[in-house]
Amino acid sequence: MTVTNEPVPVPLTTRKDWSSDQEVRWCPGCGDYSILAAVQMLMPELNVPLESTVFLSGIGCAARFPYYMNTYGMHSIHGRAPAIATGLATTRPDLDVWVVTGDGDALSIGGNHLIHALRRNVNITILLFNNQIYGLTKGQYSPTSEVAKVTKSTPFGSLEQPFNPLSLAIGAEATFVARTHDMDRKHMMETFRRAHAHRGASFVEIYQNCNVFNDGAFEQITGKENRSNMLVPLTHGEPIRFGEDGERGLVLRPDGTVEIVDVASVGVENLLVHDEHRDNPGLAFQLSHLARGPFEPTPIGVFRDVERPEYGEQMAEQIEAATERRGVGDFAKLLRSGSTWTVG
Amino acid sequence: MSETTNDSPSEVLDRVVIRFAGDSGDGMQLTGDRFTASSALLGNALATFPDFPAEIRAPAGSLAGVSAFQVHISDHDISTAGDAPNVLVAMNPAALRANVALLPNGATIIVNEDAFDERNLAKAGYESNPLGDGSLSAFTVYEVPMTSITTEVTKDAGVKPRDAERSKNFFALGLISWLYTRPVEATQKWIEQRYADKPLVLEANRRAFMAGFHFGETVELFESNYEVRPAELEPGEYMNVTGNTATAWGLIAASVTSGLDLFLGTYPITPASDILHELSKHKNFGVRTFQAEDEISGIGSALGAAFGGALGVTTTSGPGMDLKAEMMGLAVSLELPLLIIDVQRGGPSTGLPTKTEQADLMLAMYGRHGESPVPIVAARTPAHCFEATLEAARLAVKYRTPVILLTDGYLANGTEPWRLPDVATLPVIEPNFATEPNHQEEDGSTRFWPYLRDPETLARPWAPPGLAGLEHRIGGLEKQDGTGNVVYDGANHEKMTRLRAAKVAGIARDIPPTEVDAQDGAEVLVIGWGSTYGAIAAGVQRIRARGLAVDQAHLTHLNPFPADLGAILSRYKRVLVPEVNTGQLSRLLRAEYLVDAVSFTQMQGVPFRAADMEAAIAAQFEHLNESAEELS
Ligand code: SF4
Repeated sequence: MTVTNEPVPVPLTTRKDWSSDQEVRWCPGCGDYSILAAVQMLMPELNVPLESTVFLSGIGCAARFPYYMNTYGMHSIHGRAPAIATGLATTRPDLDVWVVTGDGDALSIGGNHLIHALRRNVNITILLFNNQIYGLTKGQYSPTSEVAKVTKSTPFGSLEQPFNPLSLAIGAEATFVARTHDMDRKHMMETFRRAHAHRGASFVEIYQNCNVFNDGAFEQITGKENRSNMLVPLTHGEPIRFGEDGERGLVLRPDGTVEIVDVASVGVENLLVHDEHRDNPGLAFQLSHLARGPFEPTPIGVFRDVERPEYGEQMAEQIEAATERRGVGDFAKLLRSGSTWTVG
Repeated sequence: MSETTNDSPSEVLDRVVIRFAGDSGDGMQLTGDRFTASSALLGNALATFPDFPAEIRAPAGSLAGVSAFQVHISDHDISTAGDAPNVLVAMNPAALRANVALLPNGATIIVNEDAFDERNLAKAGYESNPLGDGSLSAFTVYEVPMTSITTEVTKDAGVKPRDAERSKNFFALGLISWLYTRPVEATQKWIEQRYADKPLVLEANRRAFMAGFHFGETVELFESNYEVRPAELEPGEYMNVTGNTATAWGLIAASVTSGLDLFLGTYPITPASDILHELSKHKNFGVRTFQAEDEISGIGSALGAAFGGALGVTTTSGPGMDLKAEMMGLAVSLELPLLIIDVQRGGPSTGLPTKTEQADLMLAMYGRHGESPVPIVAARTPAHCFEATLEAARLAVKYRTPVILLTDGYLANGTEPWRLPDVATLPVIEPNFATEPNHQEEDGSTRFWPYLRDPETLARPWAPPGLAGLEHRIGGLEKQDGTGNVVYDGANHEKMTRLRAAKVAGIARDIPPTEVDAQDGAEVLVIGWGSTYGAIAAGVQRIRARGLAVDQAHLTHLNPFPADLGAILSRYKRVLVPEVNTGQLSRLLRAEYLVDAVSFTQMQGVPFRAADMEAAIAAQFEHLNESAEELS
């Protein structure tokens, strides 16, 4: 079924139109509130109809998100939202399909669905709220928690190397990869806008503070006074630099790795110029790995935005081509397409 | 029909069961399939049973690598692929050894004598050559040098001797085609089409096939050949169909009659994959097939498509059913139409991937946490898979519920002639999408309540995204009756649990009454479900031939059962329930109706034999007599 939108101009919506009547039930002070606000404020600007927008989620604190959006939505089961979204987006190319997920949902139980949705380039926008902890189950370490993290389930410290969500997405052949954080609404809105505009699978990691079980996990880089020295903004076509006065920057070393330098010592012209559209994912991977954790200078913004055919579109093209070749399916004909014989 | 005539008059048989057996690489499935096709064209009634190993290529010549194809052809209606082969074609010692126990005394064995060398005999575990040691004296054995003749006739066709040898299955096909007076033209034509792009292979196969046919005709080895005349089938147009093809076409038919786009989300698994293969060919019906990353994504994507207003389907076999359980529970909670097709195979775990079993009934019934009832439909024959699929789709769409369709490996790969349905008479499936808000607030404003049910079916409205004013959120959390808002209230949860159960139970009003093949005064009922249908029918026929009255009923709907089933069961003194599991239906019948159902079970990866069925039914009469004596 396909919905054709009448060519009348879409009525202007407001944030209120996009907010459901359900009471928001995250812990007071949770970073999820500011992400919800950013999305609800962005939607009217996107000029898309409410009824063509769908939010899907799995399980976890973040997964409550669809209940708060006055759109079509589904709160599904743990880790499976990308799979459900794949069925929806490929059969309904007319819809805007958003997937809201968390670090446990997307990277632990649902890891398989995430990587396959990315490599297929299904037309969905994935917002991953990374708080580096299990919130809903009350505080166990997650696949993005740092090594040696002491939690309820790891009283002697966790033993596991965490995932780097962006590196994982880039490795999974994602065509749009970005990072933002819950302390900067403007940056979130701009990043979500870009993700939404991208045709195919878009992956956005949002550093999100869980003030109950992992408070301050990103404070060292997202705190107001730390940001300019610790966040490295990526802007397409611009040299990558950061710091109070842009005094630090990135250079590409001959061995292919990326290094932080003083701009004064190398010269602006020798800084690495950011290129989102670079086909080879190597440099984007280097950038995603620049910091070993949220305590070192960390790039934010759009890491990668390349074009590749979208999965549902290609499916539709195969259907079109088959129909052109063989005509619209006629069931009576199909029944008699094999070797048949007549009795009586 | 055949232009090739034959001097000796052929003998007329009413039926024959032929089993082709060889190494997995010998092409026995293809040979059996072509023999079946030419028999179908002749108008015989037929049933087939492919029996192959799970390994793609077990070591050549080993017992584990034996692949067989059994076909039963007849001049009258038949219901099984036959208990015991009248003829075994054995391409090597292992094929003989693996199958000889199935043969009744007096059966015919045709062996490829070239393959009976020391090495192959050893690989099959023979200490002496059965062709010379008298161990086959109960049978008529024909030794035919299939490999050497095939190599000989193909040698100047330009094929290498090693490749030439591979055409020997066509020699066997030619020989059996002569022996049972099958027309050669159809097979020749098929060879020409199938191997059009490989001229050398085409020529080798054609020559081998004709050499086999002429061998039968000219070598005075066989006393005569045989004829099996056309069966009297109901008038109509027929094709020979496997259960998996019938299922795939049933899905396309459901899409056509409902106007819903078909979406299949699935992960390859034996013996269900052919449904995916078949559907992926028919994209001009708007069919979307999605080979997912795993079983969970298979059903998850289908559920997503259903949320979007498509006919969402997933296909699998036992192990995949285990993995899909959580998503089925979500579908129960979301109350969206969804079709789950389980082509059952032997379990537990990986079990017997290529062998049949019907042991997933309890899994279908109860295999989810919490109270999560799901309607269950089961197909009984390969052709019946078509109707059963349409019925499952009808229930799913009408009641906004996941429905499980059970078929099995025997139905999936087995074939029977299918009288093609008239497209105009296919059941129409009405999606009845919600089109407007369905609730008015006190202030006069209108709302859409996703769980405001149809008072008759208890189905909730289906409102795919796209319509303004009907935006709504659904999920796996318990929701309030009507509004669909998340609530954890105990009383509401109980109400919703009972509503979901009542909705499924209410389907009993919407399905046909139990069909009983009844006789006057019968005190014994044999009741089954699924692929045991043919074997039960054959057993019942044999008992009736003895002059005893016995009734047969076969269930298509297993949840809910037809409304009249309890009353029917209570009419009999003995109720026998044959199943290829440890007695799952019999336990359900006992629990539901307090009936003293007698379970008769086998689990050998193959269908029941009619003879065993006959014995099991006969035992019920003995029991009746005994109790009568006790009373007098
Ligand atoms: S537990 Fe943490 S992530 Fe969850 S709602 Fe509370 S603060 Fe937010």
